[in-house]
Amino acid sequence: MENLSAFAYLIAAVCFIMSLRGLSSPDTARRGNMFGIAGMVIAIVTTLAMPNVLSYELIIAGILIGGAIGTGIALKIQMTALPQLVAAFHSLVGLAAVFVAGAAFYAPEAYGIGEAGNIGAASLIEMSLGTAIGAITFTGSIVAFGKLQGIFRSAPVTFAGQHMLNAALGGLLVLLVIWMCVDQSATLFWAIVLLSLAIGFLLIIPIGGADMPVVVSMLNSYSGWAACGIGFTLANTALIITGALVGASGAILSYIMCKGMNRSIINVILGGFGADAGAGPAAGAGGEDDRPVKAGSADDAAFLMENASSVIIVPGYGMAVAQAQHALREMGDLLKEAGVKVRYAIHPVAGRMPGHMNVLLAEANVPYDDVLELEEINRDFAQTDIAFVIGANDVTNPAAKTDPASPIFGMPILDVEKAGQVLFIKRSMASGYAGVQNELFFRDNTMMLFGDAKHVVEDIVKSME
Amino acid sequence: MDKQQIIDQANELASQAQQLADTIGSNAVEAAPAVASVAEATGTTPFVFLFTAFVLACFVGYYVVWSVTPALHSPLMGVTNAISSVIIVGALIAAGPSDMNLSKIFGFIAVVLASINIFGGFVVTNRMLSMFKKKQKKA
Repeated sequence: MENLSAFAYLIAAVCFIMSLRGLSSPDTARRGNMFGIAGMVIAIVTTLAMPNVLSYELIIAGILIGGAIGTGIALKIQMTALPQLVAAFHSLVGLAAVFVAGAAFYAPEAYGIGEAGNIGAASLIEMSLGTAIGAITFTGSIVAFGKLQGIFRSAPVTFAGQHMLNAALGGLLVLLVIWMCVDQSATLFWAIVLLSLAIGFLLIIPIGGADMPVVVSMLNSYSGWAACGIGFTLANTALIITGALVGASGAILSYIMCKGMNRSIINVILGGFGADAGAGPAAGAGGEDDRPVKAGSADDAAFLMENASSVIIVPGYGMAVAQAQHALREMGDLLKEAGVKVRYAIHPVAGRMPGHMNVLLAEANVPYDDVLELEEINRDFAQTDIAFVIGANDVTNPAAKTDPASPIFGMPILDVEKAGQVLFIKRSMASGYAGVQNELFFRDNTMMLFGDAKHVVEDIVKSME
Repeated sequence: MDKQQIIDQANELASQAQQLADTIGSNAVEAAPAVASVAEATGTTPFVFLFTAFVLACFVGYYVVWSVTPALHSPLMGVTNAISSVIIVGALIAAGPSDMNLSKIFGFIAVVLASINIFGGFVVTNRMLSMFKKKQKKA
């Protein structure tokens, strides 16, 4: 029986690997999702068939309640709000890990790791780690959720001695875990939980809104490691393998996001761009600028684009905020009818979570083979007539290549300035998140279109019709 | 003359090899139960086994995730979010016993939380993926 269930857990783990593998292409991705669901069903049924799982009422009630809430939220959520949703879901994984660890602490016999008050040292370490990471994930994700949802200010919250405090709390946590192995009293267990909750909160408050892609992926990774820790306590391979997969996935996404901003993960965790800009005057190109810019109307933009042979659209978070993706697709369709080659260029850190722009464009029915990543399309800007920038700013700033004093120097950018003409939709002349003025605005080949992204695009569409 | 010498030496070697094989064989027979009892006595084997699975899974995860196309990074987060809720396995064991206690209540709460995630994660991923469409061929 034990061997049989171990095999079943292994099959579940393989299903999870297949589900990630499926995501290598949009063609196989939905099949991948089915693999994931199959794996989850196998894991749950196997556990329910175990001899020590006897009463099903509570379990079925729990799954029904949770399932109804989860499905309801997932069906209703707007695609622009995806980052918040994912952050909220991460917090649930973290909290679930804390509760499972608590259950194991109070009834270790059920898990075969000893008796209450006499749990093996190895199990205690694993359990404490799972609890700590779970609790950090929980509060960290809640803060991330609040910042993304606009409940908290998204600006970094910093205070003197912040890093010292975090380091001290981290050290204290390690001491508590060691003490726990010796004493294993319930008070210590809850002390670890409370301390970890505080650490999770303190870790995320200094991180600013535009660094959220990194934070969300990082918390994704944490939720995986928490599952892993619990997996070791329960000696369950499905949990360990899945936790490691998720942990690796989140870590890789964080790395990709950091690379997209040319920053180290340490730099992001210790506080965002916003903190630098607030501390001192932004270097070099920052501050007020009186140089003249060329502003155009929607009619001008429509005329220019209809007479172009190719257009590359560069969307950013501003497009998501203005919900302009549907109007944008309409514009793209009209241009295509007029025989213009239309493509979309996505910067790795565009939006508030990895791949956010791709999902929004897909939602607006933009075919995915028109949507290209930075490396795929950057060389084509030189051969394109018009670059149409909507809701993006810092990711197009040539200062990242030319001005070593700029805070964003070294960040990979989309070479929109190489296009024949740049159309730049913007609310006002305010600088981007990094607090850096964009040199692009003052170039001869740039035309600014001032206004709300959605309204401007709708006006362009009207003018084309 | 030479031939004879070589044959003799070969024979000698063969008999030595035979002896060696016999000793190894009998050693192995004696060693097997010894190894088993050592494994039982130290009790480290299960952890090493789990840790092996963990390390291998990290490598598998590393290579599989790098192969995910950047366009699907949001669905990737949705899926990983859903599957990390396999932690429900631990919650089910806690909620399973027939008598009511604190541990069972914790298990129940964890079952609810993990279920929200499982259903929510898979449904939202499915919604995202169903939107990714290929270029329509012009009729």
